[in-house]
Amino acid sequence: MSTFLEVKNLHVSFPTEDGAVLASNDVSYSVALGETLAIVGESGSGKSVANLAVMGLHNPQRTKISGSAILHLPEGPIDVLSAPNETVRRLRGKAMSMIFQDPMSALHPFYTIGDQIAEAWALYNEGSKADGIKRAVEMLDLVGIPDASKRVHEYPHQFSGGMRQRVMIAMALVNNPSLLIADEPTTALDVTVQSQILRLLADLQKEFNMAVILITHDLGVVAEVADRVSVMYSGRVVESAPIDEIFYNTTHPYTRGLLNSIPRVDNNGIGTRLKAIPGQPPSLISVPKGCAFEARCEFASHVSGGLCHAVNPDLVEKAPSHFGRCHLTGQQVIEIANQNNGVK
Amino acid sequence: MLKYVSQRLFYTVLLLLLVSLSVYFIFDLLPVDPARLVCSKNCSPALLRDTRHKLGLDVSVIEQWLRFLQGLFIGRDYGVAAAAIHCPAPAFGYSFSRHECVSTVLSHAFPVTLSLAVLAFILWMTVGVSLGVLAARKKGSIFDRVSTVFVLIGTSLPTFLTGVLVVIFIILKFNLVDPLEIGNWSNPLTDPIGWLQTFIWPAATLAFAYAATYTRFTRSNVIETSSEDFIRTARAKGLSEKVILRKHTLRAALAPLVTLAGLDFAGLLGGAIITEKVFGLDGLGGISIEAVTSSYDLPIIVGTTIVASTFVVVANLIVDITYAFIDPRVRHA
Ligand SMILES: Nc1ncnc2c1ncn2[C@@H]1O[C@H](COP(=O)(O)OP(=O)(O)OP(=O)(O)O)[C@@H](O)[C@H]1O
Ligand code: SF4
Ligand SMILES: [Mg+2]
Repeated sequence: MSTFLEVKNLHVSFPTEDGAVLASNDVSYSVALGETLAIVGESGSGKSVANLAVMGLHNPQRTKISGSAILHLPEGPIDVLSAPNETVRRLRGKAMSMIFQDPMSALHPFYTIGDQIAEAWALYNEGSKADGIKRAVEMLDLVGIPDASKRVHEYPHQFSGGMRQRVMIAMALVNNPSLLIADEPTTALDVTVQSQILRLLADLQKEFNMAVILITHDLGVVAEVADRVSVMYSGRVVESAPIDEIFYNTTHPYTRGLLNSIPRVDNNGIGTRLKAIPGQPPSLISVPKGCAFEARCEFASHVSGGLCHAVNPDLVEKAPSHFGRCHLTGQQVIEIANQNNGVK
Repeated sequence: MLKYVSQRLFYTVLLLLLVSLSVYFIFDLLPVDPARLVCSKNCSPALLRDTRHKLGLDVSVIEQWLRFLQGLFIGRDYGVAAAAIHCPAPAFGYSFSRHECVSTVLSHAFPVTLSLAVLAFILWMTVGVSLGVLAARKKGSIFDRVSTVFVLIGTSLPTFLTGVLVVIFIILKFNLVDPLEIGNWSNPLTDPIGWLQTFIWPAATLAFAYAATYTRFTRSNVIETSSEDFIRTARAKGLSEKVILRKHTLRAALAPLVTLAGLDFAGLLGGAIITEKVFGLDGLGGISIEAVTSSYDLPIIVGTTIVASTFVVVANLIVDITYAFIDPRVRHA
């Protein structure tokens, strides 16, 4: 698999009256064609901010961005963070596409579904309006909207939430993008519709050999579709590993907390209690010099010399292609966790 | 849609009937006896009774109103026998102080009011919308701040003050318009220059206040719409900023302006009382204020009130139908 997007040392901050909000703090991740990278983390951890930066969708006047985000296009690599606005605009919808959390408000209320999809198509294709609508019908068919040739002339408010998200997917894929960023595409939908949409995304990814970034705060969703996972906390990537490693070999206390907060099916839910992580992440304005998770971390007391408080750990390779940001080794984390469970 | 329109049409007619009826009741309650005013000083009881009959005031309010309705459709005779004056349909009444049918008075006043309204409308829409859009696009810039000052002045200065200032400075001080020509009616088709000279300053005065309101409204709508999710979607598609502004932002941001503009324009068609007064224009506003303050000419007041409310009510209907065409969510509701 060839890497398509390579984000390196991404910093995104928003100057405000109270100080700069550092929402993305030295973030790196990458995704290859045909691969699904899940980005997981609590609300406010910076998942959207990082990916909006890749898409070039931040307001340049109110955002400071540094680092690089290389797209490996067939015609050569390009850094979307330093490329001119106009160049990045012409990559949007074609090389990279994005769908958003709330399908109810993401479509223009005054234009038909067909018009909106055809408008995206017409940006990168020659052809008449009718050709665009024909293509829109094909796309609606593809994403499983029944009676597409009739519904193409309807307005967003005539569709249900799940159907609108399908429309958004159809629109995002109309120009065969190489990268699809799906920002919590199922959060606003009910559970049965959620899994339909995820399955649809997985199918389409195979069909088009896309690189997919799936943003979610639900590790349960990740298990079904992701190849690799990057866990974000307070603007930083704290753990990054292949899916199985994350689930069975967690090296980071925060990821462990996230895993404890989802119902597990491997022991039929018996004996496991859902545990949300107590406490709040620190402010993004005055970033602590130590580990950002320290105040909430059950493991910090096992690190000697107040290291967690004083020094922010680097993201290091804990096992082959398994990176973690913690002063403890993966082995230590597992041992301490077992001890704690034993005591209880 | 057809059902909706016919339903609205029905209510519009009903509303107009109610409005005209209330006008009759209100004027019946006023402590002014028009008959006494008309028959003036040497008024004997017999003469008063006679005048009252001539004015059609010797019957109940309801009957006066019914006669008024009848007159609207088939015309009406005022006075008795040989002295009777016929006003053809639509007869709004007869002005005994002007010795004219109200419909004749209205038909002379309306072109003046219409000219003022149209010119002012064009001015304030162009200025208000473009200033608002520019200020929103350059939010926080010097231009935006200057426009905020403009909005503040425009919305806080009353028209009678700006009007008087315009008269003093532009007309009297700088002699941009011949004072003797103020308020002179010129036909816009045969004498467009003369028409413009008459109406440009009052229209500008009137437009100033409206433009300020529209600048503020447009600015805040454009800013608000720019942060909508569907604008982010448009940007994610790869559309250029120009297309996003024109096709996506403005379409949604300016739609509510249709309602506002339609109603404001209709309101002005009933006469801009202060502006017409300040600039000595004999429009609907000018004759209303005169009828109220000096001649107590009730038929004129009834006529202008009903004409003005008709404009507002009909405009409401048109605006709602137009909006349904613009916003599919309303159409399908
Ligand atoms: N334009 C902005 N100005 C100031 N702060 C911002 C801005 N956009 C985002 N933030 C802040 O950056 C932080 C990260 O936001 P982000 O939207 O990336 O979170 P997220 O991980 O996507 O969370 P969620 O799951 O709620 O979507 C938040 O604290 C947010 O308040
Ligand atoms: S570095 Fe310390 S505080 Fe941070 S996660 Fe590891 S143990 Fe917890
Ligand atoms: Mg988000």
